[in-house]
Amino acid sequence: MTGPRATTRTLWPWLIGLAGLVVLLVLPLGLARYGLYILSMWAVMTIAAIGLNLTLGYAGQVSLAQGAFVGIGAYAGAIATTNGLPFIAGLALAIVLCFVVGWLLGYPALRVQHHYLAFITLAFSTLAFLVFRNEEWLTKGIYGITDVPRPRIFGLSTDGPLAFYYFCLASLGLVSLATWWLIRSPWGRAFVALRENPVRALSLGVDTRRYTLIAFALGSVLGGIAGALYAPLVEFVDPTPFTLTLSFNLLMMVIVGGSGFFFGPFLGALISVLLPEWLRFAHGYYLMLYAIFVMALLAWSPTGILGIVQKLIADRRTRRASATRAAATATFTAEKSS
Amino acid sequence: MTRVLEVSDLHKSFGGITAVDGVSFHVEQGEILGIIGPNGCGKSTLFNCILGQLKPSRGEVKLDGEVVTGLKPHEINRRGVSRTFQLLQVFPQLSVRENLILAGQEHQGGMLSRLVGPRDAGLGDVAEQMIGFFNLGHLADEMAGGLSYGQQKLLDAAMAFMGGPRLVLLDEPAGGVNLTMLADLKQRLAAINAEQGATFVVIEHNMDFVMSLCTRVLVLAEGRVLAEGTPAEVRADANVIAAYLGH
Ligand SMILES: Nc1ncnc2c1ncn2[C@@H]1O[C@H](COP(=O)(O)OP(=O)(O)OP(=O)(O)O)[C@@H](O)[C@H]1O
Ligand SMILES: [Mg+2]
Repeated sequence: MTGPRATTRTLWPWLIGLAGLVVLLVLPLGLARYGLYILSMWAVMTIAAIGLNLTLGYAGQVSLAQGAFVGIGAYAGAIATTNGLPFIAGLALAIVLCFVVGWLLGYPALRVQHHYLAFITLAFSTLAFLVFRNEEWLTKGIYGITDVPRPRIFGLSTDGPLAFYYFCLASLGLVSLATWWLIRSPWGRAFVALRENPVRALSLGVDTRRYTLIAFALGSVLGGIAGALYAPLVEFVDPTPFTLTLSFNLLMMVIVGGSGFFFGPFLGALISVLLPEWLRFAHGYYLMLYAIFVMALLAWSPTGILGIVQKLIADRRTRRASATRAAATATFTAEKSS
Repeated sequence: MTRVLEVSDLHKSFGGITAVDGVSFHVEQGEILGIIGPNGCGKSTLFNCILGQLKPSRGEVKLDGEVVTGLKPHEINRRGVSRTFQLLQVFPQLSVRENLILAGQEHQGGMLSRLVGPRDAGLGDVAEQMIGFFNLGHLADEMAGGLSYGQQKLLDAAMAFMGGPRLVLLDEPAGGVNLTMLADLKQRLAAINAEQGATFVVIEHNMDFVMSLCTRVLVLAEGRVLAEGTPAEVRADANVIAAYLGH
């Protein structure tokens, strides 16, 4: 009985994923420049949100600094590529920088948790913004870095919006595969243990210190990768996108989609990027509508949209199981009485 | 006989309260040592000091003759010492199988092999055996949080054995477990002790459980060792009767 149930359980996410992939591959063929830009932005923000989901959703470490890592990645990429280095060098720089800074930001998490940790990461976020804005020799300050070039990949140009979109999508694909592997590996299990019961985890030999730092570093690296893609997508990097608002937005994406669910960030980023477009008719009120939506959602389901889906599936399974049981009892009584 | 664990003159105070007040004892290879004593006499605190969860104010803990006072809990665990807590501690959002694999995975290979190596850290078979041994077969893929209290308690105990420990410290394994399951648990602990030569220290209030399972019993009262001996000796000790058994 567990057999077919187990297969449907593991098959569904794959089918939905496959359908999503087909849509993502075919849909853009009919889109204009702006539509492609929005979809590319979705892919980039999803990568950053996947990173935050790793740190927060799986390892349980609150962070309000993911936006700052996107900024670090964007500046690393922009500075490297506008100085004649290839995209891959900028990306490598973003990864290394974010790994090191993310690792260091993990240290406070070894001492404090929850809202205290939120405050520390929030302060870091502000600090990063000030560096982007004030260190003009490096970042060109409020004037920003213009003409960030789009990369050539295996000799192919990604200058066009469609080509660059496919490049972002492929990057998202690679990041997703790597993350899928990670969360299903013993490391992923240790992250969940960290979230659920660090004291017990420690008594089972789990080096919670090291895993906390790794969770911060890897989550930040994904923020950095997103940043390194953001720079050539917008082709311009200045400090304004990397305020606290971006960190809050990324946090919302993770929470709205479903923190600790693999597909949560995909969904959360989709809503966050598309909603302003759909709610265009509402003009300035769209943020209000979004805020009301988030409040209602979280009051109803603190585990986000995928939390609702999971609950619905679980309910249906219980109903089906009790129906089977009722049927079995009925047959049993019928057999006994005959 | 080798001394697996040796505790000398251990003290622990919290502000004004002295929870553990100069406790010394040792455990020989293959023994099952019971620790009994009234509520609040410092039994759990003693475990926490031995295992690195708390830093003792004074005293020394030796494993196989090597001083381990001051080591972190995970370092002590990796030396083959595992434990259960008085309050149930499983990972509710992981399945029973995942809980068991987690409980052993840090004893397998290095950090890198846990990332690129097999998903079950090579513990699939061991987990399967443990599931069978503790009668959790029908629950293997259920979330631990959905199990009954008694089932979670069994899982909690099973997790302590996943790393193949030489020494296991159990804090009230029988608390809240029904009689049938209790008999089951006792039989399983005795089997692991006999077959694998694992050494146990068991804190327990259930006298029948302690007296029938343990080879030796340590009685604590107000943070001090009141008596020590075989179950029969302890039962006959006038001090123990006065202070604890009392009736
Ligand atoms: N973290 C702590 N901070 C302050 N006091 C503590 C702490 N832990 C334990 N104590 C105190 O130390 C004493 C011993 O507690 P402990 O939990 O070791 O008792 P116990 O023998 O395990 O009791 P029980 O049988 O009820 O589990 C108690 O007076 C308790 O209040
Ligand atoms: Mg206790």
